[in-house]
Amino acid sequence: MYGRAQKIIYAVFVIAVIILGWSLDNEYYLQLLIFIGLNTLLALSLNMLMGYAGQISLGHAAFYGIGAYVTAILTTTYNVEPILALPAAVGAAMIVAWIVGIPTLRLSGYYLGMGTLGFGMIIHILFREWSSVTGGASGFVGIPPLEIGPLIFDSRRSYFFLVWGVVLLSIIMCRRIIDSRVGRALRSIHDGEKAAAAIGVDTKKLKVQVFVLSAAMAAMAGFLYAHLIYFISPGTFNFVASIRIVTMVVIGGMASIWGALFGASLLTLLPEWLHAFSEFEMVVYGLILMSVMIFLPRGLTRGVIDIYYRYRKSHDK
Amino acid sequence: MTNNTNLLEIRNIDKSFGGVQALSDIDFFLEQGSITGLIGPNGAGKTTLFNLITGLFPADKGEIRFGGRPINNFRVNELVRLGIARTFQNVELFESMTVLENILVGLHTRTRCGIIESIFRFPYIRREEQQARERAIELLEFVGLQDYADRTSTDLPFGWQRLLELARAMASKPRLLLLDEPAAGLNMSETGRLEELIRKVRDQGVTILLVEHDMNLTMSISEKIVVLDQGRKIAEGPPREVQTDEAVMAAYLGKAKS
Repeated sequence: MYGRAQKIIYAVFVIAVIILGWSLDNEYYLQLLIFIGLNTLLALSLNMLMGYAGQISLGHAAFYGIGAYVTAILTTTYNVEPILALPAAVGAAMIVAWIVGIPTLRLSGYYLGMGTLGFGMIIHILFREWSSVTGGASGFVGIPPLEIGPLIFDSRRSYFFLVWGVVLLSIIMCRRIIDSRVGRALRSIHDGEKAAAAIGVDTKKLKVQVFVLSAAMAAMAGFLYAHLIYFISPGTFNFVASIRIVTMVVIGGMASIWGALFGASLLTLLPEWLHAFSEFEMVVYGLILMSVMIFLPRGLTRGVIDIYYRYRKSHDK
Repeated sequence: MTNNTNLLEIRNIDKSFGGVQALSDIDFFLEQGSITGLIGPNGAGKTTLFNLITGLFPADKGEIRFGGRPINNFRVNELVRLGIARTFQNVELFESMTVLENILVGLHTRTRCGIIESIFRFPYIRREEQQARERAIELLEFVGLQDYADRTSTDLPFGWQRLLELARAMASKPRLLLLDEPAAGLNMSETGRLEELIRKVRDQGVTILLVEHDMNLTMSISEKIVVLDQGRKIAEGPPREVQTDEAVMAAYLGKAKS
């Protein structure tokens, strides 16, 4: 029964994507939805690490950036086919995550936050200062569109389908991991690392594994971003970007797959809706985020579910 | 001294933290299939000894052998795989998980699905998951919690949480089970039930070492008692002998004996 409910949700999701993709003609809306998709990937990737395994990363934009820069450099400077640059981009992020993760994930709590924060800053500085390779502060131009065999993803509509296809696959992948032995072990680390180890979970190894997985998903988003915009600059992958990903996860709901989608949607759409407030934009933005946290401390997804249960309880009486 | 019927052998163990000598020259063994009680006043080093046996930190000196094999440098999770399981003094359940899921985590070392396998959900992974669930239900039946499988673990009354933790420890199929004050916080009837369960666990061939302040329980269930005081072993023997031992009386009642 649980499995059937899940299939229905996936079906609704696919239908919604198809309808939106065919009916929307406005380039701006399509672009916005593509960005929601990319942010969902980022939020999903961090949610595996932070929401489920309880390990914070304040430097996640670094992996997003590694994915984008590796494909930019390979496809533009070295004329590699984008589809061949993909494994390199994702692989590079995974290797970096593995090397950084082994020492860093020994830390926990605030210290892990500081460690990952430092890592994110180093990578950002690398993008900005290594001008001969990355184009430096002014950015990297001339990234080619994504081509997979005969398919060229150079229109907004085609890119929309590509990104949301990847999002759907990622959601299914995360769901399956979470519902498995590995997912339970991850959650056990979150609930109590000492007890998890005492039950036989290799906590060190598993934390590094989920960090690498998380980095791979963020790099995938970076790869898609680079071939969408054709231009990347270090500012997209700085500390503020990392914090934005954390905010999406927290607002959407920790340890919730669909929460990543809601959090990413809200944080992508809010700035667009709030243009009307002009100079007060950031104030209203901040107030909305604060209200969500005050009234729905467990994030949008859990919060709405909780309200529903409270409503049902009061009506059952 | 090496005896094949000894599951755990602790030889001349020393452990200090900073300047504090927590354990010195501890030496005893656990016979296969026995129940041993570890007692002593607060600060005697019982929990330190537990943590050493379960690999939380290494001993400064001495040797611990499990099934004849030295295990000093094994990590916590490796020891679980070898067959050492434990429960905690303050019940450490996974609070965001259901009762059933807690047991399923307990089965971690007896299952093998990894990240890649979980994504592709191969048929043998589905089978493994199915078998794990059946085994988990059996374990819940063993402690009588099968009707609460889908409840959040921390919603259970405290006494049941202890039983759940016991079942979770049993999920790893231990050969040695360490119980850290299993009766703390339980009422009389719950303690009685616990005693019965501990005997049932032992009857399955599991060797048990327990730290317990409830003397009635400890004396009635243990075949051997080891008494620690200020990091030293001051007595060892059957309950009846230990109860009348002068050093033990002195340690507990504070009577100065020269």
